[in-house]
Amino acid sequence: MSNQTAVAVAQRAPSESKPKEMRATLAETLIALATEDERIVLLDADLMTAHGTCSFRKQFPGRTFNMGVAEANMVSTAAGLSSTGKIPFAMTFACFAARRAFDQFFISANYARRNVKLVGSDPGISALYNGGTHMTFEDLGIMKTVPGLVVFEPSDNVSLRKLMKKSAGHEGCTYMRLHRKSVVDIYADTEEFELGKGKVLVDGDDLTIIALGALMVPEALKAAEMLAQQDGLSVAVIDILTVKPLDAELVLAYAAKTGAVMTCENHQIINGLGSAVADVLAENLPTPMKRIGIADEFGEVGDLAYLMQRFGLTAGHIAAQARELLKRTCKSGKL
Amino acid sequence: MTNDELSPLKKTANHIRILTIDAIAHLGIGHLGGSLSIVDVLTLLYYRHMDVDPLDPTRPDRDRLVLSKGHAGPALYSTLALKGFFPVDWLHTLNQGGTRLPSHCDMNRTPGIDMTTGSLGQGLSAAIGICLGNRIDGRSSKVYAIIGDGETNEGQVWEAAMAASQFKLNHLIAFTDYNKLQIDGFMHEVMGIDDLNVKWVAFGWFVQRVNGHDLEEMDVAINRAKAETSRPSMIILDTKKGKGAFFAENRVESHNMAIDPKAAEQAIAMLREAGI
Repeated sequence: MSNQTAVAVAQRAPSESKPKEMRATLAETLIALATEDERIVLLDADLMTAHGTCSFRKQFPGRTFNMGVAEANMVSTAAGLSSTGKIPFAMTFACFAARRAFDQFFISANYARRNVKLVGSDPGISALYNGGTHMTFEDLGIMKTVPGLVVFEPSDNVSLRKLMKKSAGHEGCTYMRLHRKSVVDIYADTEEFELGKGKVLVDGDDLTIIALGALMVPEALKAAEMLAQQDGLSVAVIDILTVKPLDAELVLAYAAKTGAVMTCENHQIINGLGSAVADVLAENLPTPMKRIGIADEFGEVGDLAYLMQRFGLTAGHIAAQARELLKRTCKSGKL
Repeated sequence: MTNDELSPLKKTANHIRILTIDAIAHLGIGHLGGSLSIVDVLTLLYYRHMDVDPLDPTRPDRDRLVLSKGHAGPALYSTLALKGFFPVDWLHTLNQGGTRLPSHCDMNRTPGIDMTTGSLGQGLSAAIGICLGNRIDGRSSKVYAIIGDGETNEGQVWEAAMAASQFKLNHLIAFTDYNKLQIDGFMHEVMGIDDLNVKWVAFGWFVQRVNGHDLEEMDVAINRAKAETSRPSMIILDTKKGKGAFFAENRVESHNMAIDPKAAEQAIAMLREAGI
């Protein structure tokens, strides 16, 4: 990158930021969007309490449709609403959004070129005590294959708020993977976001860690710090935010700069973020890589700490894998 | 309906049948049976009940039809072409590469098609969405939907049945094309749906059952459905798969059949003789 302009590193949230539930931001943002734009409507499949969207219903009762435990009907209904010019946000757990209502989302919404904003909450291990039945390790893989679909996962309240607005303004369907629990913000309130654009959180020279979502971006940041302190490594961290379309330009620039790339996702390593990055690198700039994510496994119950350990998603595991990768590449000469 | 009103409708239905058989015969294969069984209801909708404008096919306050059994596209294309939504000669492009008339309905390709369908079970839900959108905007336009009897095996149909009733969608008027056949055989042998009336009544719908080839009976039923103030309507149409093409009538293989050009010509001649 020596002949390129200086990297724009994202503005970070103040270190004293308090944790906030992302579902609170979801509801606030929906209300704000619906206040500005009367086309916005909400559909849910009996999870309004879980999504914290009862406040939306209170304010917009005529534009809220609780469809009951019937996700397939919800998604096709959303497509019909879109045919009358509405902008429907339809939400349910990611497992039901991706697995149960996939044909409806594929045909009624996407193939029919409607304008449906599907939200899948509790992705990956964040389903916690709901366990294996509700643990979606495959939604990105499923959704990535829908032609033209925008697939993204905000990493904090700021990116959620701003990317939801971009999603509402996008002509066409989107799939948002949503961690709805409490997180400490990563970004300063003033940071601006685009669908399809990643953010550089930390610049670096020896390795690039590309992470996705509210669970994995903080772990990647911690891992980078561990590698800096314990191994003297300069590790770049990218919050990719959108998996499709992938920010190939950013990925390639950092692959060229650092010569080694890791991906971190709360998802199967098969056909998730790691695969998307590998697709781009293999065709353009083959680069040594390591994918952190769930191996070819089903989920199980547990608390977050247990599940992070169980599926190898912790900062410690990321750092250990980074050392292995860098030993293999020897680019930095520091290991 | 007076005789003066009925006679031209019958002729129009014959004409639509001719165009449908001709379009499918031109390609040599297609979903003839399920197309012909709904020609009469399509005639009645587009020539007597629906407020649509071929010159302005996307007008927001139009009445809409979701043909949930999307494979019956050829019958709807013939109806729309005759009505003036697009030139009749498009019908000979059916299912040819680059056509605007694919076997299953596609709202982005064909003027007058109100919803993309083809994956069975989804259309009634989409019709619900259109009703809800109309309700938000204060439009009292009617939304019609036609589902297949075989399609009724799909669980999503019953999710939609529940929702339409919950939301009291009185502007939704659905039809079941009950020709008693599905791809693999007679419904009672594959996956029966009787007692269909009782099922829809149990879901809270206003249910009527009529002869789906009797224009007068259907006309009365549609008028009664339009007058409904608090419930969605299901009009079950007793129909004959392949109706109007002697070689296809009530035959299981008529679902997606190869057509002998001579037989098609003969069927068309018979319909022409009956008057168009």
